[in-house]
Amino acid sequence: MNVKEIRSQFPILATQTYGKPLVYLDNAASSQRPVQVIQEWDRLAQTANANIHRAVHYLAGEATDAYEGTRDFVKDYLHASAREEIVFTSGATASINLVAFSFGEAFVHEGDEIIVSMAEHHSNIVPWQMLCQRKKAVLKVLDIQENGVLRVEQLEELISHRTRIVAISHISNVLGIVNPVREMVTVCHKKGVPVLVDGAQGIVHSRVDVQELDCDFYAFSGHKIFAATGTGVLYGKKKWLDAMPPYMGGGEMIETVRFSGTTYAPLPEKFEAGTQNFNAIPTLVPALCFAKSCMEDTETIDNQKNITEYIYNHLANHPLITLYGRPEHLEDKIPLFSFAVKGAHHEDLALILDKMGIALRSGQMCAEPLMDRLGVTGLLRASFAPYNTLEEAEYFVKALEKAINMLI
Amino acid sequence: MLTLEEKKQAVIEDFSLYDEWLDKYEYLIELGKSLEAYPEDKKTEDRLIKGCQSRVWLDYILQDGKIYFQADSDAIITKGIISLLIGVYSGRTPEEIAGDDFAFIEKIGLKENLSPTRANGLVSMIDTLRTVAENAR
Repeated sequence: MNVKEIRSQFPILATQTYGKPLVYLDNAASSQRPVQVIQEWDRLAQTANANIHRAVHYLAGEATDAYEGTRDFVKDYLHASAREEIVFTSGATASINLVAFSFGEAFVHEGDEIIVSMAEHHSNIVPWQMLCQRKKAVLKVLDIQENGVLRVEQLEELISHRTRIVAISHISNVLGIVNPVREMVTVCHKKGVPVLVDGAQGIVHSRVDVQELDCDFYAFSGHKIFAATGTGVLYGKKKWLDAMPPYMGGGEMIETVRFSGTTYAPLPEKFEAGTQNFNAIPTLVPALCFAKSCMEDTETIDNQKNITEYIYNHLANHPLITLYGRPEHLEDKIPLFSFAVKGAHHEDLALILDKMGIALRSGQMCAEPLMDRLGVTGLLRASFAPYNTLEEAEYFVKALEKAINMLI
Repeated sequence: MLTLEEKKQAVIEDFSLYDEWLDKYEYLIELGKSLEAYPEDKKTEDRLIKGCQSRVWLDYILQDGKIYFQADSDAIITKGIISLLIGVYSGRTPEEIAGDDFAFIEKIGLKENLSPTRANGLVSMIDTLRTVAENAR
């Protein structure tokens, strides 16, 4: 696929901002949506809007088919062993909170330990902190090396007989480094400890096979992978999901309700209380199809690789710039770059670059502990998607230079 | 010294010299850079203006019935904005400041052209100036 053809599928990329073409480099926060996703959303709103599962009428059947069909699709996409292992949520945050609560209720007790890494998004820290507070458990942290790479070799000794779960990101949203998740899962499983993988960035940049990874949970959001907002997935091994109590109570998640006691629905409904986002969840199908086609397309792979090399080399060798997340091999880096400019505040740079048409993220990127570890108050982040061109990367470099010159 | 109204008019005229927002930012950056140095020991928690994403410190003294402001920020455009504000309001009486409508900010289009977080920061700066003036009355 030619990058021009890809771009033509994304109506929003034709936007002019302040008279300049939009250069959208905030993809790690939220990606844009191709027309097939927008059309599916629209189609469901126009032709299949009725509450799913319970009603016997025609429209409810259409909506239920779309929703449950998506579950089968996601199951195949992740290569899960059963459709019951796919739980729909509102996003990666909701998925992780679900596990932190329900797994915690079943398996975490006073004095137990949970391990996260230094480079986690707040979504993969705070739910565990809340669990630890509730259960008087202890949160332990796997550190990073100076180049941002996880100190995987310390994982084994960090695990004790009290460790109940390890929660790590597949790819850090700040450092853009692909973590050796498969290897880490092996280390944890050897000690009998299950692993949750925060795949918010990982699902976007790699073909995930949960059976091959052997992780116990995998969480991701739809809006970062071209689907509608308010959509998310939690994959969980059946043995864990079966053993976990429900997260929220309400409609759909029950079998029988009596004031004398309630029994719960089987998986996955047990974890899907209340009315689901049934018009949006099915957009995961065209969105994941698009993501897959990009990951399998040599032209797109080459384009992303060229952009990564070009931006990496520029930022890594710039006398005023400190680039964070510098793995030994560039293959372990996704096109996501967080950096600081000496003498220029990240917010000033983002504000000026915005007026040049470039959308970037500035600040702490929901990873305050990592910012503290790196010794910065915030960073500037440029994250690229398959629809970004090398020309945009070059324009970004020029614009950044101009902004730096304005400020210092 | 220009009256408050004259000073506001001068700022509006300065801003209207530039068509492009990039040029207006350059003007704010220059204002930020030319701001009088702020003492390091006054960069304290209680002098931080709440609600700004970058850090903004504001200090003041009341002398001969007038309020004199001093400020700093770690981000230069924000520093330019606070510099612009105290350039207009420093050396005025509490009554003048508290009684002002701060509408000249709308006239130069500053608020609309800031990101929402910065716009909130600007509102916080104005609120702080007002509170200082109210308390000094």
